Amino acid sequence: MTTDMTDQRSAPGADPGDRAAQMRSTVRFTVNGEMREIEIDNRTTLLDALREHLRLTGTKKGCDHGQCGACTVIVNGRRVNSCLTLAVMQDGHEIETIEGIGAPDALDPMQAAFVEHDGYQCGYCTPGQICSARAVLDEIAAGIPSHVTGDLSARIEITEDEIRERMSGNICRCGAYANMMTAILQVSRGAP
Amino acid sequence: MREFSFERAGDAGQAATLAAGDTGAKFIAGGTNLLDLMKLEIETPSRLIDVTGTGLDRIEQTDAGGLRIGAMVRNTDLAADDRIRRDYGVLTRALVAGASGQLRNMATSGGNLLQRTRCPYFYDTNMACNKRSPGAGCAALDSGGFTRPLGVIGISDHCIATHPSDMAVAMRLLDAQVETLDAAGNSRSIPLEEFYLLPGDTPERETVLEPGEIITAVTLPAPIGGHQAYHKVRDRASYAFALVSVALVRQADGSGRVALGGVAPQPWRRAAADAELPNGAGAVMARLLDGARPTAQNAFKITLAERTLAAMLAEAEGN
Repeated sequence: MTTDMTDQRSAPGADPGDRAAQMRSTVRFTVNGEMREIEIDNRTTLLDALREHLRLTGTKKGCDHGQCGACTVIVNGRRVNSCLTLAVMQDGHEIETIEGIGAPDALDPMQAAFVEHDGYQCGYCTPGQICSARAVLDEIAAGIPSHVTGDLSARIEITEDEIRERMSGNICRCGAYANMMTAILQVSRGAP
Repeated sequence: MREFSFERAGDAGQAATLAAGDTGAKFIAGGTNLLDLMKLEIETPSRLIDVTGTGLDRIEQTDAGGLRIGAMVRNTDLAADDRIRRDYGVLTRALVAGASGQLRNMATSGGNLLQRTRCPYFYDTNMACNKRSPGAGCAALDSGGFTRPLGVIGISDHCIATHPSDMAVAMRLLDAQVETLDAAGNSRSIPLEEFYLLPGDTPERETVLEPGEIITAVTLPAPIGGHQAYHKVRDRASYAFALVSVALVRQADGSGRVALGGVAPQPWRRAAADAELPNGAGAVMARLLDGARPTAQNAFKITLAERTLAAMLAEAEGN
């Protein structure tokens, strides 16, 4: 937590130690159901907090500019690019990463479907793809429209076009898109 | 990234008070553009004021029969709102044409309006840019640079960058107003038409906002009905900025409104061009793009804008 905001202004001649202290914050948030508290430089992105401070390295850094989607995590139930948000802005939030979605001996259905259909080659983008893919199905179920949605007043059908459009923020350099599509469609049908 | 102190504002008045008189202060909401620019040290705030907890995250009816959209309403929520989808379809269409699902989940209404250009020379700190470093020159214009994605109208000899927002184009079409608050507690309502500044010889100044003034909401007038559409032409089918985008409202009698994205430093609309809508796309664009100064690389945008509108009118007439 930052200290009371009225105390944060740096006055001329202020103690350099105070100024250094203003550049850091203590933040508390829940990661995969567990309360965590870290003391960080304010510049720390959520992505770097997860990887470098909490050692949750399942979330990947690709471009670090919000263009590739490898860093996708779920914050308060929504997928976001963890590279484009500050850890200090997550105080009190609930964060879910790929480590919280499944484990090697207890795969989430989306993880199992990616394995079954080879929805990857090198695997670097995969945690972000899986976080996004699960969120995409939730967003369609919640009736959130996309660029390819036809009638804005009708129930949104799960189609390849809808999935392709909604997954466009996740890039796969290996080009495993076709197999990811098969995996996502399988999960959308509730098939094992 | 440069160091910065961090504070949270509990409401808009507190945010404006905290920012007052501090030229190093910046508000942060979704952060999707600001944080990116901070990493590149194009933006170098010494102080960030988090405004996501200011309670400005609701969409409410106005007395005039329109909607008041809080500045912190996320793009996803705005696009999905039942009233927006039903009565301001062009705004939903514009929102979902922009960015990615992850970014729309973070980006806010106020922040979207204030996002900076994606001109490659603004982003490349090794290149001259009058917007980033006033007086440094413009690598796009002065050095025969890559101008294909850049502006064709409203531009100046100092800057030919475009405004990248899709949302703002639809809001301009709908005659939206931007509500703001300053540290003295003064609020004002600025028509979006008057919100953005043309670059002239001060391309670093992009809006009429005063230092410390915070956007609290965007208001939409009562619904105007009609056939509403947004067509974005880009180099990829998804997740790319517009080469040209066209926002259209067409009424049954053939009248309506047209606004363009991707061609100017602000959403581009002219009343004289709206009046030509019954006479077809060529007549509209003759007025709307009158005075355009395209480069050899981006002159195609003139033709593309007209053909895009022609296709949209054909579709509207078929409905």
